[in-house]
Amino acid sequence: MTVLLHYLPLLGVLVVIAGFALRFNPVPVVVVAGIVSGLAAGKSIGEILALLGNSFVSERALLLFVLTLPAIGVLERAGLREHARNWIASLRSLTLPRLLIAYLGLRQVLSMLGLTSVAGQAQTVRPLLAPMAEAAAEKRGTRLKPEERNDVRAFSAATDNIGLFFGEDVFIALGAVLLIQGFYAQHGIELHPLQIALWALPTAIAAFIVHAIRTVLFARRIANVPVSSDASRGRQVPQANEPTNVLDTDKSG
Amino acid sequence: MLTIEQAYWLIALFLAGAAWLNLRDRRWSHAAFWGVLAALIAGGKFVLTATAAHHALPAQVAGIGVIALAALSPRMMRGHILERDEAEREADALRLGHRLFGPALLIPLVTLLVALFGAYIVVDGVHLFDKTRMTLTGLALSCVVALIAALWVTRARPGAGLAEGRRLLDTLGWAALLPLTLAALGGVFAATGVGTAVADVVRMLIPVRSALACVIAFGFGMVLFTVIMGNAFAAFPVLMAGVGIPLLIHLHGANPAILGAMGMVTGYCGTLFTPMAANFNIVPVALLELPNQNDVIRAQWRTGAILLIVNLVLMYLLVFRF
Repeated sequence: MTVLLHYLPLLGVLVVIAGFALRFNPVPVVVVAGIVSGLAAGKSIGEILALLGNSFVSERALLLFVLTLPAIGVLERAGLREHARNWIASLRSLTLPRLLIAYLGLRQVLSMLGLTSVAGQAQTVRPLLAPMAEAAAEKRGTRLKPEERNDVRAFSAATDNIGLFFGEDVFIALGAVLLIQGFYAQHGIELHPLQIALWALPTAIAAFIVHAIRTVLFARRIANVPVSSDASRGRQVPQANEPTNVLDTDKSG
Repeated sequence: MLTIEQAYWLIALFLAGAAWLNLRDRRWSHAAFWGVLAALIAGGKFVLTATAAHHALPAQVAGIGVIALAALSPRMMRGHILERDEAEREADALRLGHRLFGPALLIPLVTLLVALFGAYIVVDGVHLFDKTRMTLTGLALSCVVALIAALWVTRARPGAGLAEGRRLLDTLGWAALLPLTLAALGGVFAATGVGTAVADVVRMLIPVRSALACVIAFGFGMVLFTVIMGNAFAAFPVLMAGVGIPLLIHLHGANPAILGAMGMVTGYCGTLFTPMAANFNIVPVALLELPNQNDVIRAQWRTGAILLIVNLVLMYLLVFRF
C-alpha cells in the first residue's frame, strides 16, 4: 500500500502525456496535472492552490520576453521584416546555409560568454533571422511554397535553440555549471566550475558540427526545386529592391 | 536603483494595456486573460513575501488566478488582428532602410552593455543596477530604449507601441503563458515527490552491476525526465541523486566533473524533443505563425537524437578513464 502511495503522484505525469497526445490545449492540461499530482500526494485543496500560485509567481522572469514586443511591433509596422528580406536578397554570396551556420556559431559563442538573453525567438528570430532565412532560401530563383516557408522558419527557430543550449552549458558564472557544482557540494564532492565547463565543450563542438551538416542538407533540399512542379513554375524571385510579399503565404504558393 | 521588480511592473503595465485594448474591441476572453495575468505579475512580490511570512491566502488567490487562466486559454483563438497594409510597409522599408535595424539591434546591444558594465555604474554612491538578475534587468531596460528609438526612427505616435505590442501578444495568445505554467508544474512535481518516484522506477529496471547499463539508464533517464518536465535543470538533481552518485560515482568510480557536465547536456538533448519546453519549442510556433504545434520540434529532433548518441558514447568512453 505504501509502495503504491509512493508512485501515485506519477498520475500527474500521465495526465501531461495523455493531454499532449490528445492535443488538448496545453495550459489547462498542465494545471490539471499539477492538481492531480497534489491530490495524489495527499495535499489539501488549500495547499495545492498555494503551491500553484507560489510556483507560478516565482517564475515571472519567464515572461520578460514580452517586453520586446512593443519595440519589435513598431518596427514591423514600418517594414522591418520587409527590409531584412530585401537586404539579404541583395547580398549575393550570403546563402541559406552560410546565414544559418553563422548565426548558430554566433549564438553559441555569445551563450558561452553568458549572454543568453542577447538573442532569442522574440528578439532576433521573428524580426530578423526568419525573414532573412526566407530571403536567402529564395535565391534559388523561385518563391518558396507555403510549406517550404514554414520549414525555413521552423529551422531558423531550431537553430536558435541549438545555439543557445549547447553554448550556455559551457558558461561558468551562472546556470548549468553552477547548478552542477552546487549539487555536488551538497553531496560532499567539491569541484571547480572550470572543470565542469571544460567537459561540456566536446558536446558544444559536436552540436555545431552536427547542426551545421544538417543545415547544409536542409538548404540543399530547399534549393532543389523539382523543375516540373506546377506550384513553382514560372515564379521568378523579384529583384532585390522590388517589393516582395513577406508574410502573405497565400500569394506565393 | 533599477531592479528586476521594476521590469515586472513594466510587464504588468503592458499586459494591462493589452487587456484594455481588447476590452475596447469587445474581445472579452482576451481582455480577461491578459487582465488576470497582469494582476498575477504585479502581485508576485506581495504573494512571495506573504508566503515567507506564513500567510497562505495571497498564494491561494494566485492559485485561483492560475486556474482561471487555464480555463480561459482554450478560448484564446488566434484571431488575426489587422496589420498595416503591406504596400505601406514596403514603402516605409524602402524609405527607412538600414535605420530600421538600429532599434532592433539596440535590444541585444544594451543588454550586452548592462551585462558587461552594469556592475560598475554608480550614481550618487548607489549602484544603478541591482546585482541579482542584472542581465534580465538590462534586457528590460533595452526594450524600453529600443521602443523609444523605434518610435523616433519610424515617427510613429507613442500609442503605436502598445497597439503593435498587443497585436504580437494576441498572436502569441496562450503560448505566452505556457512556460510559466510549466515551471509552476515543475514546482508542484518537486513538492509532491514525482522526481524520486521516477528515479526509483529507473533503478528498478536496470542491472546495476553493468557500468554500460548504468550510463545508458542515466542518459535516457535524463532525457526522459527532461521531456516530462521540459527542463534539464529539474531532471539533473533527481537522476544524480537516484542513479549518478550511488551507482556511477560510488559503485563504478565515474569522474564527477565529466558525469555532471555530460549528464546535463544529455538532458539538453531532451529539451529539443519536448513540447513541455514551451518557451523554446511552442512560443516560436506562435511567433512565426506556423501551422502545427510541433513544427519546431520536427525541425530540430534529429540534431538532438544524433547528439544524444554522441553524448552517450563520449560519456561511456571518458567518464571511467579520467
